[in-house]
Amino acid sequence: MKQFALMIMIAAANAQVPYQRIVKAASEPGSWLTYSGNYEAHRFSPLAQLTPANVAGLKPVWVYQVRDNGGVETTPLVFDGVMYVTEPPTVVTALDLKTGRRLWRWERTLPKNLDTIGFGRVNRGVAALGDMIYVGTLDAHMVALDAKSGAVRWDVEVADYKSGHCITVAPLAIDGKIITGISGGEAGIRGFIDAYDAKTGKRLWRFWTIPGEGEPGNESWHAPDSWKTGRGSTWVTGSYDAEQKLIYWGVGNPGPDWNGDPRPGDNLYTCSLVALDAETGKLRWHFQFTPHDTHDWDATEIPVLLDTVIRGRPRKVVAMANRNGFYYVLDRGTGEFLAGTPYAKQTWAKGLDDSGRPMVLPNTEPSDAGTLVWPSLQGSTNWFSPSYDASRKQFYVAVREMSSYYYKGEAEYKPGTFFAGGGERALNGDDAWGAIRALDVSTGKKKWEFRLQSPPWVGVMGTAGGLVFGGSEEGNFYALDAMTGKPLWDFETGGRMASNPVSFLIDGKQRVAIAAGHAIFVFGL
Amino acid sequence: MKILLLVCSVFLQAQDDVARGKKLYEGFCSLCHGQTGTGGKGPSLAQPTLARAPDDPRLIQVIQQGIQGTEMPGFWQLTDHEAGQVAAYVRSLGRTAVEVLPGDPARGRALYEGKGGCTGCHIIRGAGSSLGPELSEIGARRSSPYLRESLVKPGAAVPENFKVVTVVTTGGRTVRGMRVNEDTFSIQLRDAGGRFHSFRKSELSKIDRENNASLMPSYESKFTPAELDDLIAYLASLRGAS
Repeated sequence: MKQFALMIMIAAANAQVPYQRIVKAASEPGSWLTYSGNYEAHRFSPLAQLTPANVAGLKPVWVYQVRDNGGVETTPLVFDGVMYVTEPPTVVTALDLKTGRRLWRWERTLPKNLDTIGFGRVNRGVAALGDMIYVGTLDAHMVALDAKSGAVRWDVEVADYKSGHCITVAPLAIDGKIITGISGGEAGIRGFIDAYDAKTGKRLWRFWTIPGEGEPGNESWHAPDSWKTGRGSTWVTGSYDAEQKLIYWGVGNPGPDWNGDPRPGDNLYTCSLVALDAETGKLRWHFQFTPHDTHDWDATEIPVLLDTVIRGRPRKVVAMANRNGFYYVLDRGTGEFLAGTPYAKQTWAKGLDDSGRPMVLPNTEPSDAGTLVWPSLQGSTNWFSPSYDASRKQFYVAVREMSSYYYKGEAEYKPGTFFAGGGERALNGDDAWGAIRALDVSTGKKKWEFRLQSPPWVGVMGTAGGLVFGGSEEGNFYALDAMTGKPLWDFETGGRMASNPVSFLIDGKQRVAIAAGHAIFVFGL
Repeated sequence: MKILLLVCSVFLQAQDDVARGKKLYEGFCSLCHGQTGTGGKGPSLAQPTLARAPDDPRLIQVIQQGIQGTEMPGFWQLTDHEAGQVAAYVRSLGRTAVEVLPGDPARGRALYEGKGGCTGCHIIRGAGSSLGPELSEIGARRSSPYLRESLVKPGAAVPENFKVVTVVTTGGRTVRGMRVNEDTFSIQLRDAGGRFHSFRKSELSKIDRENNASLMPSYESKFTPAELDDLIAYLASLRGAS
């Protein structure tokens, strides 16, 4: 018995990624331990070996080619000499960090009748905790894998894929729990955020993003039963305040997308940020960015936790560059609106009122003839990550400057099919463009801009060395000067990019990595 | 009586579908296929048969999924019912009189290969030069008004890879050509002599995008109106392998 207890103790001591290791991610800049780099979702590397003075010498170190032809949206996790990535449609691969050679590969066998409605067959990454790697599957299961071999430790169903539920989001691993959201909004699902016991896979709680009958918020669905197909999907990884034990997670748009007639009311908690008690899953507060949205502007962007000074007073805030074109700063303990301003061209709101509610302009609703509105359906930004640079007090965001004609169509709910109610015709080509913008974190005011040929689908990463890494629709991976936005280095990867950069050390040397085309590239001096 | 009511109801439903399909068409399709389906950037749909969509299921498939390798995108947001309504409207366009072009295709071909010198810039079924767009299927992709405009005012609607750009290098060298590709950091041009040029944007002092310009000259004064009709009839007859 003693021996057994000793074995357990040794196993615990050897656990690769204890919770406290992720809490203290900033003290371990050579690793990338969670989707956004730290719980506060800064996607910022404290490494400073790469600088504006030497970044021009960056070259590929190794490239890993995935097997499937689908898009690679993964954010790699890196620790203890191994890089963990996901490949489309639902594959987890462990790579030797020095060489890019594969250590193990786990592939989910997906049902033949699986249909992803409204999005690609992609996955954005894994979570790590203890000795396990966690991945959500396209057929809506949560699976725990042994970090050393890829063997399945447990596998639980999160929801029924046949009704349009899927998982593409990277899970968030916190103290003993694995948090996940769900995709499937265009299929008319009722969204949720779940917590699972990290050791056993037992579901600990579920927060429905659409409140049920009798629950606060349900009254914001004025038409009977409209809440049942209200959507509110949760397909981008949230952030975590380890002191308050609060989870912050963005919620998607209501259904049907472009025809709001069947669902009068504000449609809570769609297009909102929710703050949940990590122990119970209970709602602490919510803030709705776009009440009664009819443009598909999910609030599934990254909520970034930071400390700053607002109107002379130090505040602990959560900041979000929202798909609707506005940058918001909220008190992260209460959800109080502190500041908000457009960070991209928008033509649908006169501005935000004192409570942060948009003052919507007339004639901006989708219509039979088409209504031209900025931003487009894909928004001023989207799921790809922003970055927060605490030392420079700058919030970096990849911006899409693009408009759409929005059309209103019929909206009939049939399980497992599109529940859209219209559509859009985007003005693309030379009429659309992109930018990386540095915003003053407290006000959202633009400090600099680097213009891109096309609206991007790639996130950004700041570094302590004074760089901002980003990507482009045409496959350019590049580094900008964090103080000016001036381009300092670029590399043509040869494939479309829809991913996020990360940085880490290999043998004590700073590396940056990004997925592009059907491959993962690692660069260094 | 019941049967008559049923027939009336089916007829009214069909009328409703066409009316609703027309609205959807005007929103999603008219930019390329013209407000009344007579074509534009996209081909005319006012035809009794459509080569890519011989029956309703194929037409609905084309509407929802697009045509690979062409500029026709898929409209995935439309429900099956809505795509069916658009299809019903598109079919109704085909019941109008077929457009009869005034020109003679054989004479047009002779002009294309002779007086027009068009083979100097275009390829048809493997023959010719490649400076301008390949034309073997141009009759299936473009309407006759669009073809006429392309001959008379070539700069009015320029395909994506043929837009004219003039760049000036920091060293003072000027190059004018068609933009074959561009990203945030570089641009690739093909000049009137067919040569490729590649520039880092950091090496350029000016990038002038010439909207409404084409390297193709106007043929308005080169051909008589009757000759233009012939040439358009020839181009409209080019429908690929079929």
